[in-house]
This record gives sequence, structure tokens and C-alpha cells, in this order.
Amino acid sequence: MELLILIFLPLVGAIATALFAKQNTAKVAALAFSIFSLAVAIGLLCKFTPDASTQFSVNYQWIRQLGINFHVGIDGISMITVLLTNVLTPLIILASYKHEYKNANAFYALILFMQAGLLLVFTALDAFLFYIGWEAALIPIYFICATWGGKDRIKVNMKFFVYTIAGSLFMLLGIIYLYLQNPANNFELAEFYKLELDSTQQGWIFWAFFIAFAIKMPIFPFHTWQPDTYTTAPTPGTMLLSGIMLKMGIYGVIRWLLPVVPHGVQDWSCVVMLLAVIGVVYAAIIAFMQKDAKRLVAYSSISHVGLIAAGIFTLSHQGLQGSMVQMLSHGINVIGLFFVLDIVQSRLGTNKVDELGGLAKVAPQLAITFLIILLGTVALPGTNGFIGEFLLLMSVYNYHAWLGAVAGLTIIFGAVYMFRSYQKIMLGETNALTASFKDINGTEKVVLYTICALIIVIGVYPKPLLQISDASVQHLLEQINHKLTGVN
Amino acid sequence: MITSLLWLIPVLPLLGFVINGLGRNTLSKGAVGFIGSGVVLASFMLSVCFFFELSSSVEKQFTVNFFDWISVGDLKIPLSFLYDPLSAIMLLIITGIGFLIHIYSTAYMHEDAGFGKFFAYLNLFIFFMLILVLGSNYIVMFIGWEGVGLCSYLLIGFWFTNNSYASAAKKAFVMNRIGDLGFLLGVFLMFQVFGSLEFAKVFPQAANMLPGDNTMAIIGILLFIGACGKSAQLPLFTWLPDAMAGPTPVSALIHAATMVTAGIYMIARSSVVFDLAPFTQNIIAIVGAATALIAALIALTQTDIKKVLAYSTVSQLGYMFLGLGVGAYTGSFFHVLTHAFFKALLFLGAGAVIHSLHHEQDMRHMGGLKAKLKTTFATMMIGTIAIAGIPPFSGFFSKDEILAHAYQHSPVLWGVGVLTAFLTAFYMFRMMFLTFYGKFRGSHHTEEHIHESPKAMTIPLVVLAILAAVGGLLNIPHVFGGNEWLAHWLTGAKVTQSHLELDHTTEFTLMGVSVLAAVVAILLAYSKYVKKAEVPVADEAPRTALEKLSYHKFYLDEIYDAIIRKPLDAFSTFFYKIIDNKVIDGLVNGLGWTANEGSKSLRLLQSGNVGYYIMMMVIGIVALLLYTYLSIA
Repeated sequence: MELLILIFLPLVGAIATALFAKQNTAKVAALAFSIFSLAVAIGLLCKFTPDASTQFSVNYQWIRQLGINFHVGIDGISMITVLLTNVLTPLIILASYKHEYKNANAFYALILFMQAGLLLVFTALDAFLFYIGWEAALIPIYFICATWGGKDRIKVNMKFFVYTIAGSLFMLLGIIYLYLQNPANNFELAEFYKLELDSTQQGWIFWAFFIAFAIKMPIFPFHTWQPDTYTTAPTPGTMLLSGIMLKMGIYGVIRWLLPVVPHGVQDWSCVVMLLAVIGVVYAAIIAFMQKDAKRLVAYSSISHVGLIAAGIFTLSHQGLQGSMVQMLSHGINVIGLFFVLDIVQSRLGTNKVDELGGLAKVAPQLAITFLIILLGTVALPGTNGFIGEFLLLMSVYNYHAWLGAVAGLTIIFGAVYMFRSYQKIMLGETNALTASFKDINGTEKVVLYTICALIIVIGVYPKPLLQISDASVQHLLEQINHKLTGVN
Repeated sequence: MITSLLWLIPVLPLLGFVINGLGRNTLSKGAVGFIGSGVVLASFMLSVCFFFELSSSVEKQFTVNFFDWISVGDLKIPLSFLYDPLSAIMLLIITGIGFLIHIYSTAYMHEDAGFGKFFAYLNLFIFFMLILVLGSNYIVMFIGWEGVGLCSYLLIGFWFTNNSYASAAKKAFVMNRIGDLGFLLGVFLMFQVFGSLEFAKVFPQAANMLPGDNTMAIIGILLFIGACGKSAQLPLFTWLPDAMAGPTPVSALIHAATMVTAGIYMIARSSVVFDLAPFTQNIIAIVGAATALIAALIALTQTDIKKVLAYSTVSQLGYMFLGLGVGAYTGSFFHVLTHAFFKALLFLGAGAVIHSLHHEQDMRHMGGLKAKLKTTFATMMIGTIAIAGIPPFSGFFSKDEILAHAYQHSPVLWGVGVLTAFLTAFYMFRMMFLTFYGKFRGSHHTEEHIHESPKAMTIPLVVLAILAAVGGLLNIPHVFGGNEWLAHWLTGAKVTQSHLELDHTTEFTLMGVSVLAAVVAILLAYSKYVKKAEVPVADEAPRTALEKLSYHKFYLDEIYDAIIRKPLDAFSTFFYKIIDNKVIDGLVNGLGWTANEGSKSLRLLQSGNVGYYIMMMVIGIVALLLYTYLSIA
């Protein structure tokens, strides 16, 4: 029951905001609903037992003839992504407070609608439901980006939309295939786990799902929609995309790919690892010379996500746990970075690093918070980024030493592009444009301080977070090994 | 008491950081200075108490466990401290010298607008440095390791409105990160081999391995790469001279006395591992000797007083690595200690000179300061004699211990060491003579305002001068009838070194040669810079090829730019403009275009409007829902 509240509260909020809110009350309503949702999520967390079981399950028959059920539930892995969604959404809404969006009620309703879609994805235990959530999360973000975005928004979003839809069609084919193979004639995840498919079948299913997930994350070379989309989207859209939505792909791999087709994963993991690690280095190198800070962060995100993917495909405890922590940490850090850039953009009208400089002198609060977020991004020990990256790099190193060493270049390259852009934006003397910059205030402080606090708390004491998903990850690995070794 | 209160030692400076950080704009300068120095003094006093408690205790190792930091599967990393003879000495150095430098800074930084921020950063540095030496495993050590790197970044770029200072800070961080990758990879491999990263679990297992084991050699090399970054060795040392952009107390504390010796500490701590890897040891010895020599050669022609000291630091660190490479762990650590005394002293002295000359750092505009800056001159002279290796000052003992071991290992390494000692004595006295002797070469206006620094600056100089003079007593070798106190003390931390098998005659001869080299160098410097009163030429004036090579630091920065930075930037542009935008995206768009063209016949059904598609999807979902509803009915 609690879980239904969790999923439908944002939906109710979306409808209420769309219908009843006015231009000036829409953000307040949306913020209130997102905070309620966060409260519900925290309530669930308090009742959650950190073992491998699926909790708060709800299972209703939906379309009996097709074997489709409204089946949702939460285990440790879902819990992390639910927290991610519900912690970030209020922050994203609050971060948009200084902007006046046209048709604000529609804008905020779409954000809440998307939240509901995301929560459905992260809790669905029925493949059809998962697919509905997957597409339901895409629709609002498409409208957010295409309606409130910047220059070229229609063209850029068309590409984004067609690309991701094309990916998910492959996944739909995969789901239908699994459904047809399923003697129980339903879309239940638990039944899919039991399927005995030969390795050719598994290979096909693997690629059908993987392409959808790889486009969403995105993994090299499926990433070219991402920098344009991130750059043209309105900032809340960019934050939703980078902070939460891309984790759908990661979550999908963990929940729907690894345990369903472990042989497919095993057969193709070397290819994926290679692509992921190439992406880590390639995107980091591209980030070096970006003039537009938003685009730089977009490429850095590809680099970081590549490492998460690589860690997952090591099929190791450290890799998976690292990916769980890093999903959350990356979400926190990346919306922090985009928010800082939004503050700069909205005050000065530019994100071009060459036009900026000296902001630290006039805006010390921004300088400090930006620096802390940056340190999280470059994975300094004591920040959230370190916990995830350390575990991920260690797992990749254990998978293959040289691959680990190449992926490890991220800690050097990350420092290069982040500190370069920090220097160009914040350090040096102010110029005519930046001299009258006003330091952060009001809601900006609330958002940035919260993000900084999360970065440090998770970095210093990650134990509770690691514990949430530990048993579920362990269970998942046992499940996979069980299927791989074929012992019953 | 040790186990229950050990946490206070690092937490006190952290508290200072928080208070001074939050109150940097509201607290008075007096309060900031008092809190900043006070917390470090408190840590120092605790360190002294613990030191005495440890020396009277039979147990020589205390582990204090706080909580599980990262625990995933078989990987368990607790946040825990190890207090043993090695960390005990490090604590004394860090908090002791740290305190003196805090006191010094209250005067040196008094006019600076960022006074509060400066003390906050300095306290934070002390905190991380203490974590580094207290960690009971490699990962806690790594928290401190990267934390001090962060503080180094913040303090080098303290005057960040100057873009070249900001660049120096960034360079330091990035160069350190290169080393850190090596460190991390070494840690990963170590975990594979030993299944733990706790010193207490790794070393006993390592001790059972066969000498010459390949894995040990690789672990050693990877850790050494980490040390090269932090302790500024070839090929990663170029950040340290640039780091002189930071305020002078920072150079003294971070870039001379403490942080840069972290690499030596780490290797001495892991001596069990390195002892099993003779191949790696040879690499360390060679890199150390080469760094010592090259940095000394560069120091010969520098004109900026801080740059001379910076290269001297690099060179002395090279000495320490030479010592580590030939297995003289306690000797190297002894040099860490004496170097901390005399190099902190020299930097603070240079700071006093710079302070009195209104931020003039170019020795070509100094001279004749001896009479006006009496304390500064006297104390710096002691430091210079100590670094030159003249007995009985501290540098003589530590340097000769390293040289004796180097000789036992290979006379060639010893030869490089003595040559470096010769060069060291020369450039250091060159610096002293150019600064304090002859006539003042600066502007008349500056000359009128030359004054000795306030007590807060001179007292730390005097204390350090005393330590630099007598610090050698800590480890008097047997050949002088000493009992090698430090070496004995460190055996409690499992840091031992190969036995010196030279007879006393050889030892005395070796010492004689190196002292003679130093004396000759001093006399040469005297005749050149005092008698002939030569002054280094202006930047525009022609130099000989060798002078150029030295003055331009062997063009290492330019070489790195040409072979690493520029190609990477070119790759960046190429990847972005060609591979990403043209090739990959071209392919994606091409697929879209093909689909588009191919579906022209189906156009009548498709409007190409995404909104229309979405509407159709919604209709589909509604239809499904209706279907459900009807089927229930």
C-alpha cells in the first residue's frame, strides 16, 4: 500500500498542479508534492529491512488475458534508485525557483509526471509495467526539453526522442520474445529469471535490451544525442536527464539484463567492458577542450557513466556496490554542477568558459560550494565520489589489470578538465562581465548547501548507504552464478 | 590513554579549520591566529605526551578502530589509526614544525585580506597530514594523501586572482594525481595478493614471500609512482618549483617539511614490501640519485630565492629516495627529520627576507642584508651549513648515513651523491652570499625600509636553527661512538635497514671526501660571489648553452607540453570535431536519414510529428485500459 502511495503521489501531484495551480503557485505545489514524496520514501526506508527480499510488494491483476500484472516491490537495489529519484526531484524543483517558466503549471506537472514514471521503472516487477514506466518517463522529458529548451530544441529533441524510442523498441521486442518463451504466459520478472534459454537466444535478448539501456545511459558509441540534448534543455530538464533518467539504463542492466540472460552477459561482457572503458577515456579527453561548460559537464557525465557500466559488467560485488553508490553520487554531483552553471548562465547570460573568470573573488560562497561539488566529481577521498569510483575501479582492475589502469586515467583526466574549467570560471581577475556578479542567495544556498552536505556525509560515512543494497546485490550475484554454473 | 585520546590529535586541527573557516570574516585576526595556532599546539602537546608514553611502554603498536568505512564483500576498510614509533615521530614533526609555522604566519600574513581563510586552510592541511601518517591501512593513508594534495592546491592558489598562481595550483594537483593513480593501482594489486589493505595484515604476509617476487616488484613500482608525484621526483617533480607561488609559510610547511616527505614515509612504512623487490629498489635508487643531481644542477643558476630552495628540496628528496633505494630506510627517515628542520628554517628565513624587502624575491635585487637582518642571517647560515653537510650540524649525519649505504650498494651512486653534495654546498652558499653579502642592489626606497621581522617570525627561526644544529644527535652513528637512537626507536615500527658492513676507516674516508667536497664548494662560491662580487646576469643577457639548460630547468616543462599536453588537447579537438560530430553522429544521422528516405512511401500514414506519435501512444494505453475494463465487465 505504501508503495502505491509512493508511485501515485507524484502523479496526483502532476494532475493537481496541471489543473489547479496558477502560474505563481505551480512551483510551490510541485515542491510540496515532491517533498511529500520524499517523506514517503524516507518512511519506506525506515520500514525497510536491508536483506535481499522484495518488500512492500503490491500485485494486482491488470490485463488477465495477456498475463499483465501491476506488480511492484522494492529490494535494496530499487531502494537506492527510489531514494535517488525522491531526493533529487525536490532539489531540482527548488533549483528552478528563480526562473519563471511560461505555463508553469504544465512545466511542473510534467516534472512530477516524470517522477511517477521513474518510480514505476525502479519498482516494477512486471516487464510490461517496466516498459510502460520506461516510456512514461520519456514523454514528459521530451515536452520539457522541446517546449522550454533553448536554440535548436526541436531538432535536437527529435533526435533524442527518435534515438531513445528506437532503442526501447528493441527492448520491447526482447520483452515480447521472453513473454512468448515463458511457460507461465506472463511478464513476471520472477518467471523471466527462471527461463532456460540457450546462449544464442540469450545473445539476441542481451543485445535487444542492452541497446536500449546503452542509449539511455549513454554508453560510447551510443552517446551522440546526449551533449546536444543536455545543452539545449532547460536546466531542470538537464538535471532530470543526467541526475535520474540515465540511471534507468543502469538500473535496467542490473535488474533486467544480468539475471535474465547471464550467459549472454558473460559472452558479451568483454565487448561492453571495452566500449565502456573507451567511453571513460574518450569522453574525458573530449571534455578537455570544451568551451561551453554545460557541454563539458555533459561529456564528463558520459565518462563517469562509462565507469559505472564497466563496474557492473565485472559481475563482482565491489563493481555492483560501487555502481549503486556511484549512481546516487553521480546524480547528486551532476545536478550540483548543472545548477552552478545555471546560476552563472542566468546572471551573466553565458556558459562559455573563456568569457568568464574571477567569480571566486566576487562570489566566495559559490566558489566554495562549486569546489566541494567539483571535489566530489573528481572523487577526492572523503567525498561521495571516492566511495563509488574506488569500488568501481577496483572491480575493473580485478577484471583485467590493464583495463583497470586505462579506466583509472579518469582520476587524472577528470582532475584536468574539472580544474581547468574551475580556473577559467572562478579564478583569475574579474572582467567587465563578471565584476558585478552577485553571490548565491536564498533558495540557491539551500540547494547548494544540501548538495555539499550530502557529498561529505556520504563520503565520510557511506556505511548505511552501502548496507541498503548489500544483501540484494549479494543475492543477485548468487542468482547469476547459480544460473551460470547450472547447478540446481 | 593513547588509544582513547588519539583521535584528538587530528580532530583538534579539524576543529580549528571549522571555526576559522566559518568565522573567517567575523573573527578578529588575533582570535583567528590564536585558534589556528592553539589547536596545533594542543595537538603537539598531546603528541609529546603520547611519545613519552610510547617510549616507556613495552607495547610499541596501538591500533584504534573507529568504524567500518567501506565494507563490501571481502573488502573491509575500517577507519582506524596506527600509533607506533614511526607515526609518533611524524606526529611530532607535523605538529611541532606546524605550530612554529602557524606562529610565524600570524605575523607574515598579517596584512593579508585572506588571513582567516589562510589559517583555516593551514589547519585543514595539518588535519589531513595527521590522517596520512596515522592511517592503519593504505586507504586511510590515501585520504590524507589526497587531502594534503587538496590543501596544497588551495594554498598554492591562495592568491587566486593571479592566473599563473592558479595554474601552478592546478599543475600541482594534476601531477599529484598522476602519482595517485599509481598508488591506487598498487593498492588494488596488493589487495589481490594479500586480501587486505591493513598494514598489520599485509606486512606479515609479505615477509613470508620470496625475495625477487615479480608481484612485489610491481607493487613496489606502482607505490613508488605514487611517491614520485607527492614527493616530487623525476619525471613528476616540475610542479614543486611552481608551487612556490603560494605564501612562503606554505612553502616551508607543505613543500619542504611535511607533505613532500609523505612519499618517503609511505615507502619506509612499506619497507617490508620493498625489501623483497631488489629490482624496484634499484629503480628507486637511480631515480632518486638522478633527481638529486638534476635538481641541484638547476638550482645553480636560479635567481629567485624561493626557487633555489624549491630545487634544493627536490634534490634533497632525491637523496632520501636514493637512501630508500639502497635500503637505508632509517637513514632516509633521519634525513626527513633533519631536512624538515633546516629546510623549514631556510624557507622561513627566505620569507623573512622577502617580507622585509616588500615581496622582492629576486636575489639580483638583494645583497648586503647581513647587517640589517641579523637574526635572519644567523639562523639561515646555520640552516645552510646544516644542508651543506658540515659537521657537527644535523645534515651531516643524515646525509652521510645515506651516502655510506649508497657506497656499499654501488660506488657510482655514492659518486653522484657526493657530486650533488658539492653542488648543494655551492648553490646554497651562492644564495647566502648573494642575499646577505656585498652591497644592496635593490631600489633606494626599498633599502630605507629594510627591517628585521617581528618576534613572531624570528622566534620560530631561532627554534628551528637550534634543531637544525643539534638534530643530528638523534642518530649518532657507531663510528662516532653513538648509539643510533633513531634507528633503534624505529625498529619498533618494523622499519629496519640493511647493516652497514664498511670498516671504520672506509667510513671516515667517505665522510672526509664529502666534507671536503662541501668545503671546496663553499670556497668556490665565496671567491665567485663575495670576492669577485659576481651577480647573475639579467634575463635578456646571453648565457652559455649549459647555463641556459640549467636556467630553463632542462626545458622539462616545454618537453611535457610538447609530448603530453599539446597532443592530448589536439586529440580532444580531433575526437570532438571529427570522430564524435562527423563519424559517430554522422552514422547515427545517416541511419535516421535512410529510414526517413526508405519510408517515404509510407509517408501517408506518418506525419513525422513526434507529438502525433505520443498521442497515438496515449491512445494505445487508453485502449488497453478500456480493454481491461471491458473484459472485467
